[in-house]
Amino acid sequence: MKRIFSGIFKGKKELSLGFYGPPNGGKTTLANKICKDWTGEGLGKTSKIPHETRTVQFKEKVDIEYKGKKLSLKIVDTPGIATKIDYEDFMRFKMNKKDAQKRAKEATQGIIDAIKWLDDMQAVIVVLDATKNPYSQVNITIIGNLVARKIPVLVVGNKIDLKKADLKRVEAAFPEYEVVGISGKYGKNMEEFYESIFRLAKKA
Amino acid sequence: MAKKKLKGLTIQFIPYTEIETLDSGARIKKLLSIVLGNRIIILQGKLHPEEEARLIEDTMAMVGHVKKFKGIELATINSNSDNLSFFGRFKHSLARALGAQESITIIGPASIVREIKRDPRKIEILMKK
Repeated sequence: MKRIFSGIFKGKKELSLGFYGPPNGGKTTLANKICKDWTGEGLGKTSKIPHETRTVQFKEKVDIEYKGKKLSLKIVDTPGIATKIDYEDFMRFKMNKKDAQKRAKEATQGIIDAIKWLDDMQAVIVVLDATKNPYSQVNITIIGNLVARKIPVLVVGNKIDLKKADLKRVEAAFPEYEVVGISGKYGKNMEEFYESIFRLAKKA
Repeated sequence: MAKKKLKGLTIQFIPYTEIETLDSGARIKKLLSIVLGNRIIILQGKLHPEEEARLIEDTMAMVGHVKKFKGIELATINSNSDNLSFFGRFKHSLARALGAQESITIIGPASIVREIKRDPRKIEILMKK
């Protein structure tokens, strides 16, 4: 049934586009940038404290256009996937114990939900922090699951505005995938990014 | 003078044959029960991506419910067949078809293992003090 609907949507150029990745990679910042560019409104709150997004949040009918081509996106921003959650890590950001424990509890549920939502995606953007080591198991697990589900992937190396960013390392880690370097915060290289979304949509 | 208590660290090797016949649920249950016993697993072979995702889901379901359990650290290192010659790749595929498990997976409790740094060809396990 999903495939039939997907086929109909394909004709209408509609796409459920998931944003996946480890915490603090900039998924919500990028989703906000896209939503603001095309609808004038953002999607979610961002923070330096990891696991700010703890529920799956989405925005429908985000109509984007590039060189005369049109695409209607359902942007699905997911909580960052991690293999461990320690409430004491949140307390380092001056959060009290009770709030930190609440955040940890919500974050664990958010990760479970993010994994469950994988089946509903038609294409996924894996958002990685280009200043960090891309060879983390979480990144590999996410991409492995997308491949197993035959969901097309675009890898985004975010935060290229930072000196430590190393896009070549991200490209070397995922040679089978298209990798685009951007800065979601400053809107750097968004033209190339939008062009890549249209290429990704063709594969969905 | 008080004696300083020495903490032990157990590393458990699991040959692939030990999980080969188990279904995904039983595999994950087995691995998590070892990790909950504060042991580090060195598994011959690797889990399927869907099993890895389920391992993360089940781990998250336990955090906050099992005392002092904060999650896991996980890393898999694969053999790299990209640099092999055609004949080498053929032998490699044959070995895989015959069930040889050339990958190694390390799973440890996050309360003991701070980080597993993974590069394409090496794994560095950083322990908590």
